[in-house]
Amino acid sequence: MSYIYYPGCSLKSTGRAYEESLLAVFAALDIPLKELEDWNCCGATAYMSISELKAFALSARNFALAERQNGEEDYAEMVVPCAACYLGLNKAHRYLAEYPELRKKIDRALEAGGLKYNDKVHVRHPLDILVNDIPAEKITSQVKKPLEGIKVACYYGCQLVRPYADFDDSHNPQTMDKLIKLLGGEVVDWPLKTRCCGGSLTGTVQDVGIRLSYVLLAEARKRGCDIVATACPLCQFNLECYQKRMSNLYGQELNLPVLYFTQLMGHAFGLESRKLGLNRVFIKPSRVFSKKEGGQYVNS
Amino acid sequence: MSTAKTPSSNGKPKVGVYVCHCGINIAGKVNVQETVDFAGTLPNVTVAREYKFMCSDPGQELIQKDLREGLVDRVVVASCSPLMHEPTFRRAMIAADANPFLFQMANIREHVSWVTPDKGAATEKSKALIAAAVARIVLHKPLEKTRVPVNSNALVVGGGIAGIHAALTLADAGRKVYLVEKEPTIGGHMAKFDKTFPTLDCSACILTPKMSAVRSHPNITLWTYSEVAGVEGFVGNFNVKVRRKPRYVKEDLCVGCYECVEACVFKKGVTKDEFNVGLSKRRPIYIPFPQATPLVAVIDPESCVQIKRNKCKKTCVDACERGAIDFDQKEEIKEVEVGAIILATGFKTFDARRISRYGYGKYPNIYTSLEVERMVNAAGPTGGEVHLKNGEKPRTVGIVHCVGSRDSRTNAYCSRVCCMYSLKLAHLIKERTGAEVYNFYIDMRTPGKGYEEFYEKLLKENVHFIRGRVAEISDWATIPEEEGKLVIRAEDTLVGAVRRIPVDMVVLSVGLEPHDDADDVRRKFNISCSHEGWFLERHPKLAPVSTFTDGVFLAGACQGPKDIPDSVAQAGAAAAEALALIDKGYVELEPNTAYVQEEFCSGCKTCVALCPYSAISFNVEKNISSVNGALCKGCGTCVAACPSGALQQNLFTDEQILHEIEGVISYV
Amino acid sequence: MSDNDRNHFEPRIVAFFCNWCTYTAADLAGTARMTYSPNVRVIRIMCSGRLDPQFVLKAFREGADGVLIGGCHPGDCHYQEGNYKALRRFKLLKRFLSQMGIEEERIRLEWIAASEGDKVQKVINQMTEQVRKLGPLNLEPISQMHPPKEKNVKAKAVAMAKGGAS
Repeated sequence: MSYIYYPGCSLKSTGRAYEESLLAVFAALDIPLKELEDWNCCGATAYMSISELKAFALSARNFALAERQNGEEDYAEMVVPCAACYLGLNKAHRYLAEYPELRKKIDRALEAGGLKYNDKVHVRHPLDILVNDIPAEKITSQVKKPLEGIKVACYYGCQLVRPYADFDDSHNPQTMDKLIKLLGGEVVDWPLKTRCCGGSLTGTVQDVGIRLSYVLLAEARKRGCDIVATACPLCQFNLECYQKRMSNLYGQELNLPVLYFTQLMGHAFGLESRKLGLNRVFIKPSRVFSKKEGGQYVNS
Repeated sequence: MSTAKTPSSNGKPKVGVYVCHCGINIAGKVNVQETVDFAGTLPNVTVAREYKFMCSDPGQELIQKDLREGLVDRVVVASCSPLMHEPTFRRAMIAADANPFLFQMANIREHVSWVTPDKGAATEKSKALIAAAVARIVLHKPLEKTRVPVNSNALVVGGGIAGIHAALTLADAGRKVYLVEKEPTIGGHMAKFDKTFPTLDCSACILTPKMSAVRSHPNITLWTYSEVAGVEGFVGNFNVKVRRKPRYVKEDLCVGCYECVEACVFKKGVTKDEFNVGLSKRRPIYIPFPQATPLVAVIDPESCVQIKRNKCKKTCVDACERGAIDFDQKEEIKEVEVGAIILATGFKTFDARRISRYGYGKYPNIYTSLEVERMVNAAGPTGGEVHLKNGEKPRTVGIVHCVGSRDSRTNAYCSRVCCMYSLKLAHLIKERTGAEVYNFYIDMRTPGKGYEEFYEKLLKENVHFIRGRVAEISDWATIPEEEGKLVIRAEDTLVGAVRRIPVDMVVLSVGLEPHDDADDVRRKFNISCSHEGWFLERHPKLAPVSTFTDGVFLAGACQGPKDIPDSVAQAGAAAAEALALIDKGYVELEPNTAYVQEEFCSGCKTCVALCPYSAISFNVEKNISSVNGALCKGCGTCVAACPSGALQQNLFTDEQILHEIEGVISYV
Repeated sequence: MSDNDRNHFEPRIVAFFCNWCTYTAADLAGTARMTYSPNVRVIRIMCSGRLDPQFVLKAFREGADGVLIGGCHPGDCHYQEGNYKALRRFKLLKRFLSQMGIEEERIRLEWIAASEGDKVQKVINQMTEQVRKLGPLNLEPISQMHPPKEKNVKAKAVAMAKGGAS
């Protein structure tokens, strides 16, 4: 099966490490990933709050392009790593199917651009693909440096598993947990895995946004976590970049590396760290990766 | 527009049309006067009248007077659904010495006035339906119902409190009853409870006498560990096959002395004890509980090493002085004839794992209400002690209402019993442990005799009530007081704030759901289900224990969530309905059977294979098919298939339906 | 039909509902006061298996713009398998109708259980809109359907009919 990769704006900017590690991991697993040609904004956040119609039209254009690129094949499997894109595209997918009036308008908009959408797209998250499409043995066979002794808090965020996703539970999701275990890591029981990271509040009402991020990290730390794994560029940014501010505000040194789950996969696969965007990370995980080699990693 | 082609024997048909106002149910949307004026213009209509309530005595009298005076010889009533009042008007016809099948209803209430917002459209649609009824009634012929004798035995499926009560009622009335139960013992859910609300009387004390009455009743044949395998026949004459699973213990020899259980090579329990809903373990050979009825051991083929691997010292066999253990027992099929069937198959509790945010299955001290029922039971796995997994007594307990009820993501309906049993459990937990108990509820629903008073009592017992659906339960502590506790987060809608209540133990008040196999069961008995999966009653108000299949009745929670008093009341009602059917001695069958017009039959035999009841036979000598009216159920499938039109169906002849089509179209 | 001009077309739809499931469901829709478009007129039959294809043809012939058939869900037939027979006939009939130039969308078979009042509402509304879109089914009157091309055709037919009768 071949997949069409929809990066969205984040994976080309703040979330470049996500893109780099995702492509590296998929290449290592020999899963072809072709970027969607001429893709545009998914329509999330700003668009969706100002004009739903325009947001859906943007999503629909991506669908139509994916279908065209897919050619005669049955369904276009569209891989969408960013949680916001995943939510936005899934929402559009659902609304186009359920609201004929909306659909009519969107169809006209597409037609004006010489496009047509025939409902032959599946919006998929890489977690869904890695757990449900790829046999577990294929992943374990790639593991060269197992994450032994590393305690990972799997953070799914608020947008990925609700309300439209159907590949995982909306409150206690398991796909990332499964992956980390396949890589040899230890998953921390952490009940906040789908709680809000603060989202764009970190840019608007900063004290509220940062507090939300802090609550997550403090609890993870308390439960002995070494690394937080994320599946969303905004979550990764919020959780990692404000840690200094958090220590100033709350008087607790967190110093918790926050990596994309794909970076952890790549590391376990023994891929070169530059290829995984690990050079872009502020809180270096090297401490965690190296100290555990003695088998006795102790939290500093 | 059609006109009558076949006048009745006494000349031109005289059709009376009677339009019902049904108070304002019809008259509020349909211009009744206009429809009556219209009906008066239709061919063959000699009388057209209106009345406020046609089904009332004066309404019926109106029809009967016209019949007696010879103004009309066939009748169309435009009112409600024929499924509602056709029998009423047919009886009125008989009382006026008219044939009840020279009658037709036009459904202008359920199909018109109640569903059509526009008055003009409703009136036009009513006219069309009246025209159709008039067009077909001129072709109606007098018919007679056939009588078939009723077998006086009854079958009750399910041995919970509803099935037990129904079986005893029928048996006490002198009828022979077969009671079939899937589990090794009767008693159902009620046998698992400690106390019953709101009286707090001991469940076992009131149930077990009824269980032993079943066992000893000369008119009851009790088949436990058995399932209905198939049902054939029809009202009054069902043929039922019952599959008796091997229990590997001879029921007539076993006295329930427990010697075999003690002697089992497994000295401790190995399998989840079904009766204690998994709170304890049982051995491969076991008796579900000390008052089990019948008090006969059973061997679980899944865990018994002798059955699984044919390799065991068979200590149980040696221990049984009466030689009751029989590893060669085989499944048995029993076949019985019964006149009536009562389904009392009950419910299952909601699987709390389906709501992952409540953490059931993840956190050890989160229990379902049924587990706590067993825990508070003195005969249960903890001897009536309420304690946590570590053996300590809980000091704070949260009871979460509406788990799997009143939620469109799981079940939209209210399970009716949870508020009351939650109050009961709150009382019992407080009594046993002295813990602070918090109830998280959406609304308190306590409609029942003494129920609201019980709620009042609990309020005075200082049980806490927080009005709000619980958002999540986790071990996420934000303050020292929450450390090591389960934290229940809920919006308290009376305070207007989100609250976090740390507790030691959580009870999830799970709702009631249809059994997983409810769909298979209903298919076996040819009845319908509501979309939730509960068995569908014939009418929600006026036929609550009947089904659309004559002779099959419903009792207890298989029809919908119900508490014990309601289940027993319904079981009594179902037994009474079954008795009414049996004691009448015969059933009258609707004469809508198929028949062959011999002169048109070409002998093609198309019909013969189509009949699901083998009611059509082929006469080789005459080279024609013929229908056995006693076997025909009146579906009309053969009629639709007959290429020469030789097969016809009483009350639904081709010509009648074709006329109805003409009528319905002409006035659209 | 003055109201059946292009601007204001009210479709005429005849429905055949089985007694046990769909007719009961329609009653339930009524009891629950689910309003729906008044264009569908229901004829009750005991089982969808009773539906003789000629009923459908008759309805179209008489001026119906659409025909709706309702039966029990597969496996739920009160008479065991009448609905399967109905399905079989329906499929053939649909082919036949399209050969005669009657659009497939004018005929619809739906499984509606006794508890599905909401489905009755939905299906009737959908069907009405669907047929409204198609417009009236203008079948030619029978006398114009096969206009005799030559005079002697009719004479021949009459002769043949007479010959056959004797």
